[in-house]
Amino acid sequence: MSELLNLQRRVAAVILQPLTSAETMRRSAKAEADALIKPNKVLSSFERLEIYNQQYWFRVLSCFAEDFPGLRAIVGVRTFEKLMRAYLTDCPSRSFTLRNLGSRLEEWLSTNPKWIGSNPRLVLDMVRLEWAHIEAFDGGFEPVLTPAEIEAAGLDLRISLQPYVRLLELAYPVDDLLIEVHDYEGEGNVSSNAARQSRLRTRVRHYAKPEPEPVYLAVHRADDSVYYKRLQLESYRMLKALSQQAPLGNAIERAFEGSSMPEEERIPALQEWFANWAQLGWFSRAPVA
Amino acid sequence: MPANRFNGFTDYGIGIGLRIPHYRHILERKPVVDWFEIISENYMVDGGKPLKVLDRILEQYRVVQHGVSMYFGSAEPLNPEHLKRLKNLVRRTRTPWLSDHLCWGSVDGTYTHDLLPMPYTFEAARITAQKIRQVQDTVEVPVVVENVSSYAEYHVSEMTEWEFLNEVVERADCGILLDVNNIYVSSRNHDFDPFTYVNSVPAHRVAQIHIAGHSKFEKYILDTHDHPVIDPVWALYARAIERCGPTATLLEWDDKIPSFEEVHAEALKANRFFQKQAPFVPAVEAPGARALVLP
Ligand SMILES: [Fe+2]
Repeated sequence: MSELLNLQRRVAAVILQPLTSAETMRRSAKAEADALIKPNKVLSSFERLEIYNQQYWFRVLSCFAEDFPGLRAIVGVRTFEKLMRAYLTDCPSRSFTLRNLGSRLEEWLSTNPKWIGSNPRLVLDMVRLEWAHIEAFDGGFEPVLTPAEIEAAGLDLRISLQPYVRLLELAYPVDDLLIEVHDYEGEGNVSSNAARQSRLRTRVRHYAKPEPEPVYLAVHRADDSVYYKRLQLESYRMLKALSQQAPLGNAIERAFEGSSMPEEERIPALQEWFANWAQLGWFSRAPVA
Repeated sequence: MPANRFNGFTDYGIGIGLRIPHYRHILERKPVVDWFEIISENYMVDGGKPLKVLDRILEQYRVVQHGVSMYFGSAEPLNPEHLKRLKNLVRRTRTPWLSDHLCWGSVDGTYTHDLLPMPYTFEAARITAQKIRQVQDTVEVPVVVENVSSYAEYHVSEMTEWEFLNEVVERADCGILLDVNNIYVSSRNHDFDPFTYVNSVPAHRVAQIHIAGHSKFEKYILDTHDHPVIDPVWALYARAIERCGPTATLLEWDDKIPSFEEVHAEALKANRFFQKQAPFVPAVEAPGARALVLP
């Protein structure tokens, strides 16, 4: 192993270590700081390394907080502060971009239920929506498949959805809540690499917890903005089947399985959905994987 | 000078950083700006607004890419996904050179998202130079490295920061993005004469210069890019221009960002040093680009 790698592992281990509740570096890092870092006239080795330890945490915490304001609105500021630290301690960034900081949050919360309290479904729904929002914001865009091309291809056609279209089945109307949160807090940039020194935004407001209500949602993008489009159960199933690469005919069957929609309404409904989705540009020409 | 092989033989003047709060102003008012510097990582995405805005900017302006997470100095190998995305962006922007920092920031695949100072050792210089060469071979545009500001020094260092910079750029045969604010910040934090640093830099390798403001804390100075440039930094800049000739210069302003006009006016103050040095020839116009108009 190179000396360089050895040193970088030791320094990173200290920098990534959580701060104390007073936001200082842990005393236990003193020996390592002394061993690695030169002191100067005004700062000890400990104090110099502490600057980096603090910068690291201020940066990732503020970025995370910017990405998950909806989660904060549900769990409350105090729990959110602890949750962020615990998550980022267990799941530090594995990507060159801060955009992906929250990519493992849903999975982590599922295996660390103590953070999601008495209403796990509500919390997880919000996290899924906020992550879908990030993915929809800068997801890829493929050339669009036209309605005429779909018609010509017939029922065996497998249609790809645009990578920026995300489908969510939610037990709570967290879309309404997140819109309220964004309206109040002002939607930040989704990600930024610029170093930030400021501590987290402390503006706090109490949001009413929503009552359970099944919601089928497409998180998508139009004119560069992210939108949440509510779907009927049947149309959600249809899109879901298409996204799982079912042929068109099969997707239609799956959409109406056990549906209470009267037979005579189905074809007009299908025509309306397809016209709408095609207009939104959701069908991509990309070959199905 | 300043056109040299490290900045693709271009003759760029004063640029400013492309920042989100200024998008609308730039797209609607189309101000005269010689070139914009972009943070590469903000546009290394698959689609959406960042790329759409970038494409509109590219229709009218020249863009230079500046990265923040290549971490030439990290001991671990380069991230192939990062390189692939970077190369795609280089094709899109046609950046004449590409800069990132002489620092490290990741280890064993975990990222700190910080610009951490290097230990100034010969081994570190060798590893870093090798990685710079790899990036240069992949992206196929000149790579230039920027000196970072730092708040700590390692016991293991075998040389000064400027000796380390020289060692790396000679081994990698790459250019330098000289950040005079970072030199000033580090000189205060590590108690050295910033002019010694500026005087030691191989002038023929300087492809670009950064100027910026910073925050002063009680015991140390932090490079926050949230203030106007202070006089001692202008003095270092003047010396750098004296040594390197009028060089592509960018004002960094990343936090508490004021209006576009304010940032641009601050950047254009660099003109006075250009003029003192030599009559500045407006940049060669790229198709659709706007040349810098001098008063
Ligand atoms: Fe800089």
